[in-house]
Amino acid sequence: MTSERPVVVVIEDEPQIRRFLRTSLDAHEFTVHEAETGKQGLVECATRRPEVVVLDLGLPDMDGVELIRKLREWSEVPVVVLSARSQEADKIAALEAGADDYVVKPFGMGELVARLRVALRHSAATGEDAQSVFRAGELEVDLLNRRVRRAGADVHLTPTEYRLLVVLVKHPGKVLTQRFLLKEVWGPGYAESAHYLRIYMANLRKKLEADPAQPRHLLTETGVGYRFDAGA
Amino acid sequence: MSDSRPDPDALLARVQRDERKEKRGRLKIFFGAAAGVGKTFAMLRAAHAQRDAGIDTVVGLVETHGRSETIAQLEDLEILPSRMVEHRGGTVREFDIDAALARKPGLLIVDELAHSNAPGSRHPKRWQDVAELLEAGISVYTSLNVQHLESLNDVVGQITGVRVWETIPDKVFDEADEVELVDLPPDELLERLAAGKVYLPEQALRAAANFFRKGNLIALRELSLRRTAQRVDAQMRDYREDHSIDRAWPVSERLLVCVGPGERSEHLVRAARRLAAGLGAEWTALYVETPDLQRLPEGERDRILRNLRLAEELGARSVTVGGGDVAREVVGYARAQNVSKIVLGKPRRRGILRRLVSSTVDRVLQGASDIDVEIIGTEARPSTLAFGLASPILDRSRTHLGVEQRPRSDKLRWPGYAGAAAITVACTLVGALMHGRFEPTNLVMVYLVGIVLVAVRFGRGPSVFASLASVAAFDFFFVPPFLTFAVSDTQYVVTFLVMLAVGLVISNLAASVRLQARIAGYREQRISALYEMSRELAGTYQVESMVRIGVQHLAEVFGSQAVILLPDPGGRVRHPAGDSIAGSLHGADLSIAQWVHDHNQAAGLGTDTLAGSDTHFVPLASPNRAVGVIGLLPANPRRLFVPEQRRLLDTFAGQIAIAIERAQLAEDARTARLQADTEELRNSLLAGISHDLRTPLASIVGASSTLAESSEQLSPAARRDLAAGIAEEARHMSEVVANVLDLARFQAGAFRLNLQWHVLDEVVGGALARSRGRLADREVKLALPADAPLVELDAVLIEQVLVNLLENAAKYTPARSTVTVAAEANPGELVVSVSDNGPGLRPGEEEQVFDKFYRGSPESATGGVGLGLAICRSIVEAHGGKIRAGRSSAGGARFSFTLPQKAAAPVLEAEE
Repeated sequence: MTSERPVVVVIEDEPQIRRFLRTSLDAHEFTVHEAETGKQGLVECATRRPEVVVLDLGLPDMDGVELIRKLREWSEVPVVVLSARSQEADKIAALEAGADDYVVKPFGMGELVARLRVALRHSAATGEDAQSVFRAGELEVDLLNRRVRRAGADVHLTPTEYRLLVVLVKHPGKVLTQRFLLKEVWGPGYAESAHYLRIYMANLRKKLEADPAQPRHLLTETGVGYRFDAGA
Repeated sequence: MSDSRPDPDALLARVQRDERKEKRGRLKIFFGAAAGVGKTFAMLRAAHAQRDAGIDTVVGLVETHGRSETIAQLEDLEILPSRMVEHRGGTVREFDIDAALARKPGLLIVDELAHSNAPGSRHPKRWQDVAELLEAGISVYTSLNVQHLESLNDVVGQITGVRVWETIPDKVFDEADEVELVDLPPDELLERLAAGKVYLPEQALRAAANFFRKGNLIALRELSLRRTAQRVDAQMRDYREDHSIDRAWPVSERLLVCVGPGERSEHLVRAARRLAAGLGAEWTALYVETPDLQRLPEGERDRILRNLRLAEELGARSVTVGGGDVAREVVGYARAQNVSKIVLGKPRRRGILRRLVSSTVDRVLQGASDIDVEIIGTEARPSTLAFGLASPILDRSRTHLGVEQRPRSDKLRWPGYAGAAAITVACTLVGALMHGRFEPTNLVMVYLVGIVLVAVRFGRGPSVFASLASVAAFDFFFVPPFLTFAVSDTQYVVTFLVMLAVGLVISNLAASVRLQARIAGYREQRISALYEMSRELAGTYQVESMVRIGVQHLAEVFGSQAVILLPDPGGRVRHPAGDSIAGSLHGADLSIAQWVHDHNQAAGLGTDTLAGSDTHFVPLASPNRAVGVIGLLPANPRRLFVPEQRRLLDTFAGQIAIAIERAQLAEDARTARLQADTEELRNSLLAGISHDLRTPLASIVGASSTLAESSEQLSPAARRDLAAGIAEEARHMSEVVANVLDLARFQAGAFRLNLQWHVLDEVVGGALARSRGRLADREVKLALPADAPLVELDAVLIEQVLVNLLENAAKYTPARSTVTVAAEANPGELVVSVSDNGPGLRPGEEEQVFDKFYRGSPESATGGVGLGLAICRSIVEAHGGKIRAGRSSAGGARFSFTLPQKAAAPVLEAEE
């Protein structure tokens, strides 16, 4: 983690995509190791000790979701998944297996690098002692005193809204699936009551966002879940 | 006048006959007067000649009877293996028709055309096997003795005193392509017999002494010669017709034979056939169905059916007409059909009775004064002899299912007589009350009322009984001297006679009224059953429900377990899938059903084909195609084969077939339309895509090759420009591909709506976030309901709709335009609109824009295949909503769509 150039393992079977990822990530100051197959990818992850993994879900020898599950048995390294559009179910499966984020193909390099940096930051943050005060833009969440402020003014949240906000800010930048959020905030019995989550999220946005229809922090990943964007 | 020109109908018939003949195999019959004349030998010799002429000749079955000359003939011919059949404890060698059909030789030798196959064979008779072989295009050589010809069977029986059971219809003989008479003078035959060269079957051995008498052999020889000559005569006639030498045959005769129950009719039918053959006339067997039909015992009714079938087998057309008076119907039919000769049996009544009551024959003679009437003498004959040619149907079905014949209305009779007795007793009691106060003649009236009651309630027998009992009781109780049957006053004898006569007349009248009513009731039942089914069939469009309706009605009306088997696309008949229906038949024999389907002929129980089956199979054939097969397993087979029921079954089958064909045609049309649609979509997709993919590809290849090959010469700014161009075009291509894939997915119906409760603002927000790049230099205004309502929709898809509409707005408006997203939650419906203040749609364009590949400005460089709005429409319609285009208040375009909200949004308890 002290290395100047973060180590990334790219697991992708398409040589063309591997080539441009290597070139561009290299240009963005990453040390890139490539793997063509799932098996090889797991070996690379074990030997290179990457700080972040880029994983294509469609591999020839192994289901990407399966790979994440295996990886999670011994590593907490952030995983960013590459997936095709209109595969919400795959994305959700990958996220629930332990992936941190996903990028939809075709993607711009800028987008991928931004996601990778967020993931790196996130893992760095959880690596340290948990922060007691969380700041994002004009938003401030004081976990110790259970206080939330927006532009310096106290905001009153109901207990559920507060619990939801806390789960989100504790995983900045990471896409949290609906099921995960429901389980964390309401308990395991509510996994299917997605509209609870949507209503409370709408309430949170009304209280915390300047323009609730075009939020800046509490972002929707349609069909998948939500993401807390701490903002640059 | 152009009477020398051939009759077009005859010409057509000839052409059809020739056509049929061309495809069919040819049948040659080696015909002889008796066993031992050398038919098999002659046949095999001819077979050799054919084989030597290069014809693929195979022996199907030949009975050598151990004769060395015949065996020598067989030696160098290919012989098909026979089928060994277990029959009555022994094994019987039978001809294997399937092997023959599989081998498909050019010429097949099958001995003994009149042979009856062992039970369980496909056809009961060998001539039917041969007919199928001919149908399959295989030529056949076969042998036949004169005594086996149906029409001559009884004559031969009379001459020789031996009646054979195995007969073939004359039609087979007449329609054979060639008949070769194998003739041997009686003396030589007797010599051969004496020399032991003639094999005789066991039963013939017993009769041999009688049979092979010189006189018999001469008679048989004459019969066979004459029959052959008749055939030659017919051929000559055909030849004349074929060559339009028609003057010799001015008008063809028409013959009508009247068939009734009784064995005399069988004789009558044969006589008519001989007469018709002699005259070269076509002939019809007529049965007049009077109300008496219902009164006849079952055995008699069977016999009518048999006689009609016999007539059919002998080449007649059989007709049944309904009516009260036989003579009037016969004459009426004869006139209507232009019959030249009526054949009737001699009346049975003789002497005075005949003079008192005129017989049917007399009345026909009176009515048809202008038509020849031929009266055929009849002879009594032991009925066992006639049994041999009984139609196989009824005997078979009876013995096969072990259904015993039961006296008709056995169960009704006893209560009937008991009731008659009770009513007579009641009348006597009433009479006892009236006695002394009324004249005895008035008591007679009471009894008559009783007799009427009995007649109406219990029918003829009991009412005759009541008449007699009433007279007796009246005499016993009310005529002095009382309590004896003696009569003191003779005038009471008149009273008794009149009373009895009136009683009997009433009985008859009432009983026949009752009968008429019952017949009318049956008719009514049949018609209403048919109507009921037609009505239900008309009300449905699906084959499955038609099959269900058909099975239900068939099971009910025919007292059978029923099944309707439909063929799969490959033409193989299949058991129906799915739940079984009440009354449905399981495990029907598919191989028989397949045969029925292929040959479009009934088979199984009660037919000539595979009669050993317990199920009756009828083809479901519409005028245009074979639709399927009905299988019926009747609880009581006899009921199914009454003529009325058979006709009814045919009608039912016709109705069901037409209904199913209607459904199948509709289905075919739907499939064809769907295919045409798909085809059209594919074509326009190809056309659209190829343009929209090639253009960006061209610029990508151009720009990237420039970068790859001459990067050094380019300034950093130029390089960036080229790269940005590549990125832009690639993104565009990806959009096109994504749209095409989406649309294909929607069109294929391969997606499932994932309806959930969503907060409207969030869905709109998601769309805006995705379109942010495209809308960068446009102002976006939102007009959403203040309370952020919960709406039920598929968020991913509706977000796609909004993205497409927003990008559409971006595409067709100038920079710095305003785009407004508005929504309204009406009761039961959500309305969302995206409008702009751009140039708007051209008039008339409002519907077109949702078509695939429609573009606002086809010539412009504005990208897109024109699929965006088509996708929007698919998605909105999948939600049950509507999308429309129009003019916005700001003068630009406005797209709005509705999403029905059927359920009430869930309510959450508020915290604190």
